[in-house]
Amino acid sequence: MANFWNKFTIKQKLAITAWLFLAVPLVFYITIRFYPTFEAFYVSTLKWNLLGAKKAIGMKNYIKIFADEDFWLVLWNTIKYALVGVPVSMLIAFVIAYWLNEIDFGHDFIRAMYFIPFLTTAVAMAWVWRWFYQPLPIGYFNTMLSWFGIPQQPFLRSVTQGLYSIMAPAVWAGLGFQIVIFIAGIRAIPRSYFEAAEIDGAGRRQILREITLPALKPTIIFLTVVSTIGFLRIFDQVYTMSADSAGGPLNSTKPLVLMIYEFAFDEFKLGRASALTVILFLILLVVSLVQLWLMRKQK
Amino acid sequence: MKKWLKKVFALAIGGTSLVWSGLAQAVEIEYWQYTYGSRVEAIDKLIESFEAANPGITVKHTHFPYADYRKKVAIAVSAGDGPDVVQLYYGWLNDYREGGLIQPLSSSAFPHAKIEEEFFPMVGTMKVDGNYWGLPTAVRSLALFWNKDLFAEAGLSGPPETLDEMVEFAKKLTKKDANGNYLTVGFAVDTDGQDHHWWREVLIRLYGGQPYSDDGKTVAYTTEAGAKALKFITDFEATHKVGSNGFMNRGQDAFAAGQAGMVLDGSFRISKFAKTEGLNFAISELPGHDGNRFNFSSYWVNGISSKADGEKKAAAEKFLQHITSDEAMQLWLDTVGELPAKPAVALVDANKAHPLYGPFIRGLSYANATAFVSEKPQRQSLIDAYDMVVLQGADPMAALKKVAKAEQEVFDEFFGD
Amino acid sequence: MIDVNATMARLERARPGTVILWTLLFLGGVVMITPIVFMAATSFKTGQEVYELSIIPDKPTLANYVFILQESKFMRWMLNSLWVATFSTASVLFFDSLVGYTLAKFDFRGRHIVFIAILSTLMIPTEMLIIPWYMMSRSFGWIDTYWGIAFPGLMTGFGTFLMRQFFMSLPDELIEAARIDGWSEFAIWWRIAMPLVIPALSALAIFHFLGNWTAFIWPLIVTNDPDIYTIPVGIASFNGEFQMDWEIVMTASCLATLPTLLVFLLLQKFIIRGIMLAGLKG
Repeated sequence: MANFWNKFTIKQKLAITAWLFLAVPLVFYITIRFYPTFEAFYVSTLKWNLLGAKKAIGMKNYIKIFADEDFWLVLWNTIKYALVGVPVSMLIAFVIAYWLNEIDFGHDFIRAMYFIPFLTTAVAMAWVWRWFYQPLPIGYFNTMLSWFGIPQQPFLRSVTQGLYSIMAPAVWAGLGFQIVIFIAGIRAIPRSYFEAAEIDGAGRRQILREITLPALKPTIIFLTVVSTIGFLRIFDQVYTMSADSAGGPLNSTKPLVLMIYEFAFDEFKLGRASALTVILFLILLVVSLVQLWLMRKQK
Repeated sequence: MKKWLKKVFALAIGGTSLVWSGLAQAVEIEYWQYTYGSRVEAIDKLIESFEAANPGITVKHTHFPYADYRKKVAIAVSAGDGPDVVQLYYGWLNDYREGGLIQPLSSSAFPHAKIEEEFFPMVGTMKVDGNYWGLPTAVRSLALFWNKDLFAEAGLSGPPETLDEMVEFAKKLTKKDANGNYLTVGFAVDTDGQDHHWWREVLIRLYGGQPYSDDGKTVAYTTEAGAKALKFITDFEATHKVGSNGFMNRGQDAFAAGQAGMVLDGSFRISKFAKTEGLNFAISELPGHDGNRFNFSSYWVNGISSKADGEKKAAAEKFLQHITSDEAMQLWLDTVGELPAKPAVALVDANKAHPLYGPFIRGLSYANATAFVSEKPQRQSLIDAYDMVVLQGADPMAALKKVAKAEQEVFDEFFGD
Repeated sequence: MIDVNATMARLERARPGTVILWTLLFLGGVVMITPIVFMAATSFKTGQEVYELSIIPDKPTLANYVFILQESKFMRWMLNSLWVATFSTASVLFFDSLVGYTLAKFDFRGRHIVFIAILSTLMIPTEMLIIPWYMMSRSFGWIDTYWGIAFPGLMTGFGTFLMRQFFMSLPDELIEAARIDGWSEFAIWWRIAMPLVIPALSALAIFHFLGNWTAFIWPLIVTNDPDIYTIPVGIASFNGEFQMDWEIVMTASCLATLPTLLVFLLLQKFIIRGIMLAGLKG
């Protein structure tokens, strides 16, 4: 046996060992993840209501989707969630992380306060926020606006404000995670960079622009992609908070995952739902591949 | 032990058990419904009485959280699992039928003449292609809940009897603060609740129209009647300013908090309001118009799954008969608070005069059940039309035409193949 | 790590501003936890008071907690959730590290494809996979078992990605040296590489535990028996077709959050260090 083994080069031996290590996991992934995924993709070419016969209809589901004006609205909503949610949350997170980093006393405690929302159930929190958004005299937000003499806002009951009102709790929940990562990133910057800059008489803003931010690039990229995928897949908050639990009013808050869910389990149109899943998958794949490419350049 | 003795022993036991199994031929059937305290209790009681009367049959009672009941049943059945008798919402009949989940009720066990004679006419929605596919134990209808204290404060002696009175009363009941914000709404509009049923089966008919064609395949509310009905609802918020959709989250919340003069809801809401301390409420029949009254009823039916055959089917049929018997219905009313599906049980004087259930029961006599093709998208029609008018200032007829188009597509897709 | 002198110097310079800063950040923190305080407050209210939206209930009551703990199977569900989440997390910590390590430190043809393939598993919503999983569970008799609930989550793309990044930052020389000393590959991974990535492991542990704890759809589908429900499924069974008693939902959410909160507070330093390092490697 040993002789047989020694016939391989070291490189080959390592490769075999690698595949050995991967053997069980690959079996797992193939049977539990890949195979069902391919099945789901295959279902996208069918018309099937789960209980009855499957009918092959080729690309008809996709054609119907692209012809549906609701789909384009939902797609745009989904993009909006990410397009606005990611920069806003990252900006707030960075500002807080930057200043929090300068605090030593009670640092852990305050950091914990920002992180705890990350641990809560989305459904319970979404309901609390829903109450916050109520009109006067009940809603807290409108009450606060009235202190400044600003007229009350419809928030969830508005076609224009609804989406952003729902985005807020999603941003709120994810802030803690981003803040902590930013703090880590800032603290990892070698002290020598800062000392050199201070000796040169650089001001705070200059240091921020020329040293801190560039050094944080890998962190920013990581957070951008992870947050983007998260926002593109938003569901719980919309389901619990939207005006009619269906992405309303008038579909103005509906994201892709909710549309998939409705087709699959409210209308039992599994073919259509699967087709939408494929589309979502492609979008997420492209986003992630872009990240990997950007990160590679960093090395 | 000696070998031969062991063999004899084994044979004896084996033989006896064979005899036993022949005797105690217990057929076991399974019943599925969604989890809800009182319903589970009611079915358990019915199972008890059933098993006592039918010693050869045992019933296994399984229930799942409502949130994904339908999904769960569908997935289980598509995998070949499933109950023998299953509870389903009447609006799902088409999907379950087409999917081959349930089988038609045999006319020998359930003669049509008997059904038509004994049950409320709304059961007719269960008849497709000459067969009945399920029978209800209980039904629900809509009624008007009104707050006695708020009415007294506003100097109103009783509930509105007509649509015009309803608007008038709502105006008197509405309270606002110095800035014009609602403190109390006259009528808690809630398109996310039962209001869409009200619009479809009651208001449109009160104005002389009908929601769908007689064969149920075409949308028929893009008429003057339909537009008037839509305008009636939207006017509460848009014109009269006596209500706001989504005020305090849901109409039932506003009413429970004592901040709504009136709300429209189903019989299932009674227990919630009854439990609310300090809420002095009463119930009245839905307001009429031009001397007419209409109501909407919905119900869950019990069907026999397609996997039940032979002995199990016979047992399932017996169980179904038991849970749709007169006694079962009265028990259901007492335990769950849902209305009996047979006039004989429902319209007895005691029930008709009941202060809480009475108006609902009386409303059953003139109620219609919508033959939904698929309830979720169809329900969306009123919700969207309302938002178009109130949030976007659209003209009611224009809004109706838009949602009618979408709803007709749902019909066409379903009936098309 | 922190240069005391430099820090002191900076503190001295920024003194008045620091107090204001501290106050602002503190207030921000208070705003952040307000919704949670609300959730907790609601759990002590009666169904009636729920609509009053006060932070302190007028008539505080423990009735909701009593209801959940005594009249429902909540403790049983907590146990089930605990079992499944712990088992699943242990599996993930083992396998995701093994795969991550292999993809990071072994050079072989196909490593990139395997990586992308595993990563792509993050991009399919689980809703679409539950039907095949159910068929599988039925065929193998996994319905109403812990295994049935846990099997889809035994290995994850996220964990694999995370561990891979970490392992990539370990110096190759360390591994080469061990190889030369005759260590087996498995021993190198287990005894040398793994101890070096403990912060990452603890971060992954808390993320995965949390995700598993709150998982709803799959546990709902694969269980019929209320005795084996996990907490989210159990909580859902309180809600009927038209009833949604929010005071109960809030109470259940509070109870459900407690274990994760405790774990977080205990492992805070450990975990946050772990998450921070994850960000760096990202």
